[in-house]
Amino acid sequence: MIFKHKIVKYIPLAMFLILIIICWRGLSLNPREIPSVLINQAVPEFNLPELAGQDHLTVRDLQGKVTLLNVWATWCEACQEEHPLLLNIADQYHVPIIGVDYKDDPTKARQWLNDYGNPYQRVGLDQQGKVAIDFGVYGTPETFIIDKTGTIRYKQIGIMTQSDWDKTIYPLILRLRKS
Amino acid sequence: MRSIFLSLLLLFLPFVVMAQVTDIYQFNSVEQRQQFQGLMGELRCLVCQNETLLDSSAPLAADLRLIVYNRVLEGESDQVIIDYLTRRYGDFILYNPPMVQKTYFLWFAPILMLCIGFFLLVRLSKPAAQFYG
Repeated sequence: MIFKHKIVKYIPLAMFLILIIICWRGLSLNPREIPSVLINQAVPEFNLPELAGQDHLTVRDLQGKVTLLNVWATWCEACQEEHPLLLNIADQYHVPIIGVDYKDDPTKARQWLNDYGNPYQRVGLDQQGKVAIDFGVYGTPETFIIDKTGTIRYKQIGIMTQSDWDKTIYPLILRLRKS
Repeated sequence: MRSIFLSLLLLFLPFVVMAQVTDIYQFNSVEQRQQFQGLMGELRCLVCQNETLLDSSAPLAADLRLIVYNRVLEGESDQVIIDYLTRRYGDFILYNPPMVQKTYFLWFAPILMLCIGFFLLVRLSKPAAQFYG
């Protein structure tokens, strides 16, 4: 009876330690990063007018090769930070990047790309933001890795850094290219 | 007397504000208005995460409010509208996590811990009683 009492006395401490561990883990997670539920699903259907020319950007333009889809805007300061890396990705790594210009002024967008360089093969205009909602976008910039079959394989929330590119994104692109 | 009146006024002021915001939206029936208000209370703004879709001033919240509003007008059920949103944004957009296998622990852990705590309280206080008894 006494023996049992000795063990029982430590249960609250054990529970407290378990709680500490759970809280430690929980507090180290970033609530701003909401994992995408579209991973491993087909790209949602969309049809956007293009920034240049009279064509339309659709899902068919994402088939056949591994592409990056980057949601950006001229009013988004964080997107400007990411911009040099995107130029690098297009020029040096030869990864096609499709741009979705989110709730932006097309004239400003054209000017901006002219002034700072255009990393995009094509740019679709999502002026109402409806397509972004279909992609589960809740901030800019966001970048999706889409494989050859048009399936979303990864979502980068926020600015893509060189470190993100080197450690996660480019390796994944290479793996997807092989399959 | 005045302080009581003032307290009551302050207490009910937030409700006045809420009524004004939902007055912007016109509905075809009382049920639709109630459905909309119900949904608004359940949905989280993903940008300003501690605010509901109704309270948040984030542009995305405005867009999603409009989507929910139009769907309510079209007569869609709560479940269909919630499915639409969770298929794009996941369960996090709901304030109440769904009751599924992987969230059982989340839902039941607090009450379970309360029970364990209570049990221990009873068990640990018994020997003392026996000693003095």
